[in-house]
Amino acid sequence: MAFDSFTDFVSMGGYGLYVWLSFFLSFVVLAGVALETLLAKRQLVKKSKQLQQRQQRLARRKASRAAVGDGNESKT
Amino acid sequence: MWRWLHPYAKPEATYNLLQKLLPWFVALTLVTLVTGVVWGLAFAPGDYQQGDSYRIIFLHVPAAIFSMGAYMGMAIMGAVALIWQIKTAEWSIPAIAPVGAALTIVALLTGAIWGKPMWGTWWVWDARLTSELILLFLYVGVMALYFAFDDARTGAKAAAILSLVGVINLPIIHFSVEWWNTLHQGATITKFERPSIATSMLIPLLICLTGFAFLTVSLVMMRLKNEILRQELHRPWAQQKLEQD
Repeated sequence: MAFDSFTDFVSMGGYGLYVWLSFFLSFVVLAGVALETLLAKRQLVKKSKQLQQRQQRLARRKASRAAVGDGNESKT
Repeated sequence: MWRWLHPYAKPEATYNLLQKLLPWFVALTLVTLVTGVVWGLAFAPGDYQQGDSYRIIFLHVPAAIFSMGAYMGMAIMGAVALIWQIKTAEWSIPAIAPVGAALTIVALLTGAIWGKPMWGTWWVWDARLTSELILLFLYVGVMALYFAFDDARTGAKAAAILSLVGVINLPIIHFSVEWWNTLHQGATITKFERPSIATSMLIPLLICLTGFAFLTVSLVMMRLKNEILRQELHRPWAQQKLEQD
């Protein structure tokens, strides 16, 4: 241990503000990147669900039209 | 000899590999980074000239080194993307650029905060500081170009070219402290002779360097996974993967 007490450790020989500020800001920036990446992943999960629902809706519509067979599919 | 590499041109294969490796890299990041930071902050001795303010080195130097290392990796991926047209290489460009930019910001911020008590100023237009700031702009430019085109592959090509052109900045950053001898001090460990730092400070610094290496790789892996899924979102395999989490 390079320090005699916890207060010594916090004060960093008078440079406490600079040392702790630099460690704090570095943490914020790097954790920010990690957090943004995790949020982007969540967004992708949501988007994928929407995409799948749309694909299913389209498939259902196609199927019901084919079952009725009223020629609607050629009109549109 | 390089045959084993071929399947990884397929995005799904790369994704599966990343998924398998990522937990290990995250674990290694946490272990090394916590060890290095605690050692550097609490156990390494104070500096005879700079007192305890020098402890900023344990963030500043690793962040600066890997801000350049990440750029080199991005440029290599850019070359691979341009030469062999491999999609995963293209997608790794937007995965690396934000991580590199964050590391550059950390290097600049910690440098400024360290500069205030030691140099008496937050910022000077010294060659090292200026070239590192240009590195940040290069990262931002690469990201902007990548997303600036309606056709994703055109954007990737443009970003790859800019990343290759920007490589010229790396030797400028590295040698700036020798070519223009202004305020920033010379290299401490990145030179071929014996490091000019005491072993009791060098060991925690090397651990922090390893930690930042793992952190950089982990973040890039996370972002590359996202980018692969984003590009393959219309494919069933990607939708299945996203359902699992």
